[in-house]
Amino acid sequence: MGEPQSNCPLKLYSYWRSSCSCRVRIALNLKGLDYEYIPINVVKGEQFSPEFRKLNPIGYVPALVDGDVVISDSFAILLYLDEKYPQRPLLPTDIRKKAINYQAANIVSSSIQPLQNMTILKYIEEKVSPDEKLPWVQCHIGKGFESLEKLLQDYAGRYATGDDVFLADLFLAPQIFTAKGFNVDMNQFPLLSRLDEAYSQLPAFHDAMPEKQPDAPSSSTS
Amino acid sequence: MEENYKASPLKLYSYWMSSCSFRVRLALNLKGLDYEYIPLVEGQQYTPEFMKLNPISYVPVLVDGELVIADSLAIILYLNEKYPHQHPLLPTDLHKKAINYQAASIVHSSIQPHQNQARYIEKEFGPDQKLPWLRYHIGKGFAALEKLLKDYAGRYATGDEVHLADIFLAPQLYAATKRFNIDMIVLDARLWKLF
Repeated sequence: MGEPQSNCPLKLYSYWRSSCSCRVRIALNLKGLDYEYIPINVVKGEQFSPEFRKLNPIGYVPALVDGDVVISDSFAILLYLDEKYPQRPLLPTDIRKKAINYQAANIVSSSIQPLQNMTILKYIEEKVSPDEKLPWVQCHIGKGFESLEKLLQDYAGRYATGDDVFLADLFLAPQIFTAKGFNVDMNQFPLLSRLDEAYSQLPAFHDAMPEKQPDAPSSSTS
Repeated sequence: MEENYKASPLKLYSYWMSSCSFRVRLALNLKGLDYEYIPLVEGQQYTPEFMKLNPISYVPVLVDGELVIADSLAIILYLNEKYPHQHPLLPTDLHKKAINYQAASIVHSSIQPHQNQARYIEKEFGPDQKLPWLRYHIGKGFAALEKLLKDYAGRYATGDEVHLADIFLAPQLYAATKRFNIDMIVLDARLWKLF
């Protein structure tokens, strides 16, 4: 596991390909917050090291350190960041639109992402066969994306819930990236495809994407 | 204020055994909010009428006038903001608030979605696979919660008042013990004390 190197108060323990880490990276970029990136290689099992478990009991990435405060779980981190650093708010002021952002975020974080993470895919691979992983993932992503298309059709503007980027977008962008990696046919999801195109134009999103991270395999620092 | 919430047009679509619905019922009760309980029978969540309310076909769904919200965490945070004075569901301290969000997320994203898959696991891999699956995911989540909360718990999960973490923990503990007969003594003692 990488060790903190700088005196920067904000440190993010992250894996380049983790969509949960990507959500937080987008938020930090949007808010213009400097942070130290500390890679955790989940394929090598670094999330199970005693040091990391002390930071994050469940062993998942991301984990944020802000001085003496340690928070894991992307949803908790995002709401903490939004309250502590209110520049570039991540939630609309309208209570109804806020609720729709929470709903969209939670469709991703509870109904899609947990059902296609590494643990589950390994289980499917071992119990059935490696060939079953893709149908499983595509089924759950497809179901979630169908519901997001319907949920957001009455709210979307340039972005998921209007013409400003909000919490829902921070969850959608990394999930769409992951879906494309699993060869989900995005033509079925015209709204999400349009949002994906919009996100690709934003530096805060672009710079947070997996291939841009220091620990990505193509990076010279990895 | 009292008149407002007693005249509230809140409707809750709920299933009696659903731990997600249970969370919202707890929040509504804590805040003393009247609501119409609309029960779903099994299979009803796939009807066109219900899927119009919630495209992903899960309960609970809250209807507040013209606003329809699904997902227990979204509903609870909405209720907490709309009715802030009756039993606030989050502490004011930012760090403690974050611990509550984290605990809620561990249940919401790391335990319950996998618990929900148990029926599929039983069907695809056999009845003898169901309990190991449940024990693994519930056990892993409870072990993490045990560590997360040990420096914060008082009478309740994050102190001496009931907050968001408790609203997520109680139904999960109920499911683990009453529905799946998970051995809480083996898993941990402290969460059992909270329950």
